Amino acid sequence: MEFGLSLEQRQFDDSLRAFLKDHLPMERLRVLAEPGGGFDEEIWNGLTALGLHGLIVPERFGGAGLGLLDAVVAAEALGYAAAPVPFAGPMVMAPLAFMLCGTEAQQDDYLPLVAGGEARIAVGFAGFTGQTGNASVARDGDRLSGTVTGVMDAGSATHVLVFLTDGTAAVVAAGDATVICHRSLDRTRPVADVTFNGSVAEFLTSANDPIAAARKVLDAGRVILAADSVGAAQTMLDRAVAFAKERVQFGRVIGSFQGVKYMLADCVTTLEPCRGMIWYAGHAQDALPEEARLTACHTKAHVAEVTREVARMTTETHGGMGFTDLLGLHYWFKRIGFNRQMLGGPERCREEAAALQGWA
Amino acid sequence: MDLSLSEEHQALQAEIRAFIAKHGHKSPKLGGGRKRPDQKTLDWQKTLLEHGYVGRTIPTEYGGAGRLPDVMEAAIIASEFAASNIYAGLTNQGVSMLVPTLLEVGTDEQKRAYVGPTIRGDIIWCQGYSEPGNGSDLANAQTKAELKDGFWVVNGQKIWTSSAHYADMMFLLCRTEPDRPKHEGLSYLLLSMDSPGLDRRPLKTMTGRSEFNEVFFTDVKVPETQIVMGRGKGWYVANVTLKHERSMIGDAGKVTTRLEQLIKLLSTTEVDGIPLIRHAGYRDRLLRLQGEVMAWKAHNLRLLTEAAKGIDSGVKRMIIKYGGTMLGFRLSSLAVDALGAAGLPFESAGEDAEDDDATTWNIDYMYDVGLMIGGGSNNIQKNIIGERGLDLPREPKVPTAAVAGRV
Repeated sequence: MEFGLSLEQRQFDDSLRAFLKDHLPMERLRVLAEPGGGFDEEIWNGLTALGLHGLIVPERFGGAGLGLLDAVVAAEALGYAAAPVPFAGPMVMAPLAFMLCGTEAQQDDYLPLVAGGEARIAVGFAGFTGQTGNASVARDGDRLSGTVTGVMDAGSATHVLVFLTDGTAAVVAAGDATVICHRSLDRTRPVADVTFNGSVAEFLTSANDPIAAARKVLDAGRVILAADSVGAAQTMLDRAVAFAKERVQFGRVIGSFQGVKYMLADCVTTLEPCRGMIWYAGHAQDALPEEARLTACHTKAHVAEVTREVARMTTETHGGMGFTDLLGLHYWFKRIGFNRQMLGGPERCREEAAALQGWA
Repeated sequence: MDLSLSEEHQALQAEIRAFIAKHGHKSPKLGGGRKRPDQKTLDWQKTLLEHGYVGRTIPTEYGGAGRLPDVMEAAIIASEFAASNIYAGLTNQGVSMLVPTLLEVGTDEQKRAYVGPTIRGDIIWCQGYSEPGNGSDLANAQTKAELKDGFWVVNGQKIWTSSAHYADMMFLLCRTEPDRPKHEGLSYLLLSMDSPGLDRRPLKTMTGRSEFNEVFFTDVKVPETQIVMGRGKGWYVANVTLKHERSMIGDAGKVTTRLEQLIKLLSTTEVDGIPLIRHAGYRDRLLRLQGEVMAWKAHNLRLLTEAAKGIDSGVKRMIIKYGGTMLGFRLSSLAVDALGAAGLPFESAGEDAEDDDATTWNIDYMYDVGLMIGGGSNNIQKNIIGERGLDLPREPKVPTAAVAGRV
């Protein structure tokens, strides 16, 4: 037994973090956050070199053929940097949808484009997630009509993949749909309303159990968002600890006051176990099918609860400065808020966990 | 990431499962705070010892199974017993603190005299550490011992001494070198609780039982040889003890077992003809706790892997006591709430008998508060997490003249 990251995973993590540190200083983050489109050409292309786009795409389609645990590692690093990178949908959920639901020919058409960073496929759900908003999409022959609100990662999307209520996945070129992108609370990632007006779609119908496949894609997305929040919360905690060692009041650095020290101790006591939890959940999606759904639901919910408190307490540690725009701490606070609401909030995820165990 | 077990470990797992299937019905009931082991518990301990599930790495000449240390084996044993709700053996202060300390720094004579009887449960130890004026500031212990005619003569007082009212022996931290700096003036003595001049007064706690005691020493004579290591080495020995306490795997077994018991309780307790697990409020609390336990188990797997590789887990280990006791309390709190008004009748059957379920949960619920306070209170844990884990500065020392009561 070995519960932890492999040497390769740690090296990948190091290089991704080093890249993001170099390419996303706070000034750059502010510039990108203003339009709030959640995309930057230079960062995107740099990530191609790191092999991020094809992380979970099978090797025969030009990817690295890795698993969801590797994607969890990447998501935590992206959250740590509050990177405006459309990751969860285009690099995890979309390729997974093709792998689970597409024919060999469909996979061959799309997955190499995903791995090469040429296709950015946003993923939406008509149902399943428990998100607030509207989601009503119907199929008519080879065409699609309806609207899905609250779609993430669509700011620079080349395609939109939407799961219908029967679990069928439909892929539409972004130009054939109306994608209205809103700057979101989290200026590092937008949120979109996608409307199909008889749009021509490609349907992925090869899954044996389409609903189970749709849920598997949803679960993967939930685990990735949880990992992103763990990374974002870790940034906030690191910054709060550093601030508490520098800021002097009443002739003492504030970190020596137990009122401050205990808040930070609470943060680390609750946040650190979340890291084991996202690793376990990522691994479960890859290797423990019986536990996969339950761990995904619980991980999304539990991490959302813990990181909300960490975001609050670390902001509080910074005092008035924490509340200002000057420190930029709010980007991570809002990132955590975005992840919480997306793909089902904690209440919804826990209810799904209850249903899975026959308690609902 | 590899959660599979090696062939040897799979075999051990299968062996324990077979053992539990065959002997599990003989296990004493879990929970209910600290008690003097009854005959059923002693018989069970004997069975576990014979199978090497306790005292596993203790050399055979001292009564153990003489196996090589293997944290995975220890974890498998703990998790199999926890999963089956089976008592995994004595974890009193003699077994978990004194025995590893003697094995590391005791003389051969001390090991022969005490290790075997302690792990069999024939000798029950108590820990003479805390004093009325020195709880968290352990190194400031003032109970003194002077060497006269081949005996240490002990005078002073200890408090919060768990199990002292039924213990046979005490390991005592006392001041033997009053002229040396505080950390260098302590010694670690082993003494009989039947020594003349030793007076134990049980402290009745909120559970209605007497888990703690005050212990008074008036010219208590302890043979000179009953010292561990030597004069002035008490602080070092006490830290060996603490190191062993800290190096115990942060075992998620207790919270796992509790969660299972809780699920059963909420599934079988009905209000208005509907099980509590189908009432939204209770169910959501249960689910939140299930998520917490899941995170805690993953965290423990991480610690276990690091321990097996000899990696110091740092702050990840420092959070165990604080996080674990708080989680334990939230679990027992929900149990008490699920029992509700029907769980209010409270009659403890006493220290030597098993209590009914409601009384057991209520004692656990209260005992959990005790666990937050004892063994380095949770506020002390937060200092440790903040100062050693996050490298935050200590509270500045207050000048002596400014301390209330000494002005």
